[in-house]
Amino acid sequence: MTALLELHGIGKRFGGLEAVADLSFTLGEGEILGLIGPNGAGKSTAFNLINGVFRPDQGRVVFRGEDITGLAPNHVVRRGLARTHQIVQPLAAVSVLENCIVGACFGRENLPLRAAEAVAREIAEFVGLTARLDEPAGQLTIAGKKRLELARTLCARPVLLLLDEVLAGLNPAEVERMLGVIRKIRESGVSILIIEHLMQAIMGLSDRIIVLSSGRKLAEGRPPDVAANPAVIEAYLGDASLAEALHRKA
Amino acid sequence: MNVAAMLRRPTFWLILAATLAFALLPLRGDNVGLREDLLLAAVYVILASNLNLMIGYAGYVNFGNIVFFGLGGYLCVWLVNSHGWPLVAAALSAGVAVSFAALLFGLGILRLRGAYFALATIGVNEGVKAFVVNFSPWGGSTGIYLSIEAYKPLGGPAKALWTIYFLMIAVMGLSLLLSYGIKRSKFGLGLRAIGQNENAAIVLGVPTRHYKALVYSASAFLPAVAGALFFFKSAFIQPDDAFDLVLSTEAIVTVMLGGQGTVVGPALGAFLYEELRGTLLTSQTFSSFQLVIAGVLLLLIVLFLPGGLMGWIHRRWPRSKQVLE
Repeated sequence: MTALLELHGIGKRFGGLEAVADLSFTLGEGEILGLIGPNGAGKSTAFNLINGVFRPDQGRVVFRGEDITGLAPNHVVRRGLARTHQIVQPLAAVSVLENCIVGACFGRENLPLRAAEAVAREIAEFVGLTARLDEPAGQLTIAGKKRLELARTLCARPVLLLLDEVLAGLNPAEVERMLGVIRKIRESGVSILIIEHLMQAIMGLSDRIIVLSSGRKLAEGRPPDVAANPAVIEAYLGDASLAEALHRKA
Repeated sequence: MNVAAMLRRPTFWLILAATLAFALLPLRGDNVGLREDLLLAAVYVILASNLNLMIGYAGYVNFGNIVFFGLGGYLCVWLVNSHGWPLVAAALSAGVAVSFAALLFGLGILRLRGAYFALATIGVNEGVKAFVVNFSPWGGSTGIYLSIEAYKPLGGPAKALWTIYFLMIAVMGLSLLLSYGIKRSKFGLGLRAIGQNENAAIVLGVPTRHYKALVYSASAFLPAVAGALFFFKSAFIQPDDAFDLVLSTEAIVTVMLGGQGTVVGPALGAFLYEELRGTLLTSQTFSSFQLVIAGVLLLLIVLFLPGGLMGWIHRRWPRSKQVLE
């Protein structure tokens, strides 16, 4: 397995708070890597460091062999690394279709408007937004907005997708649907780095899991091993019986 | 963008028709009064339409937008007066120079957002004004007078006024076409993404920094050319007239009145506002009262008609969106 994304000891401080410290890991081509940890563990900050929203204080981010540390987000997505936001960020007054066209226009393929529209329609169909194309994005339900987040990033035709809690706030039926979409994305050859609080989902989805706590890597490994790791149970899961339940699931 | 597709849109033909109407109407019976009225209306339309690129598309309120107009005027009058340049060359050079300066300024001040950006643009206008007041080659606070000789190459003052009028109308038409072209382009889509949610736009890949500086620069070019023509016509320019924040504010009111973010709206707002202003200025009771009206108008629009006239029309008749963009 060749490395698609490599983090070499990245760190970020906000004032006195060490949000991410000395974080290193590798994501292989075609892999789904799960990133878990309690609230405030630094998961979203790690995403922001990878896609260039923040510049790391230390360390390097290497994507497809190229050092992209500190590159602005628009350059990062152009290289094939797209992300969704934990808190949905629709272009509210613009239609769902145009939201997707923006993703296709300014993504990896840098498409002209017309070609971008074709891609946007195709992706909207794929995530199940076709019926809502002409609605302003602000009018979508929360599940719709989550799907739009995903659709826009897919329109960029990414090689690697960073998914930040795309399942949060969805009801069980919607979660199932979204999981189906994510699996199909992987089958299409896109690698995925995913943050998720829904343990059952991420344990079933991921090839490997990395556990963050207070900005540092606590554990790394296959889902069952991670769920059984005493340090993880103590620091994150807390409840040993829940851990056992997860262990059985995984 | 696709030019052939644009030719099929009603808005394009509407722009052409309006521009032609402006150009031809005063010709009937050599109507100089109407010409002067429409010239001023054209200036308002030019300012509004270009300001809309910033406010309506990119979502950045440029309070000091009049600096482009004034600086364009100064450069042109100076080039004609001190260096004997012909009008068109001087006006175009003024436009290019101001646009380039805006590009450099833009890369700096467009790091600011919201109210801070708006304040910085006022600072730019006041800073340039203060510089000009102290800049003796441009006459300091007394300004520059053009001699009547300047009109000779254009066939004397009477003929020159007509030429300037037609040039101004052409600049108006170009302003509307520029606005329309940008709106229907990938650049325009990127700008609207910035206007909606800049943080999301950059993550989606929109080169926000360059786009913002580019649109700031683009919104400077035609107002600078208009300022060049306007002050060449006045034959006199001084800092208080060139960098008048009142006109800047009025431009914002007209954009909001007509409907920010649309192509037709700002032009419509500017035209209606200028006609109203003309009526008020000439009335005995209400001289200079237009600023009170402008203030009240802005308040009413922001409260009750956030989409302006076009927003209201589009809501009332949804199909009008296809015809009046």
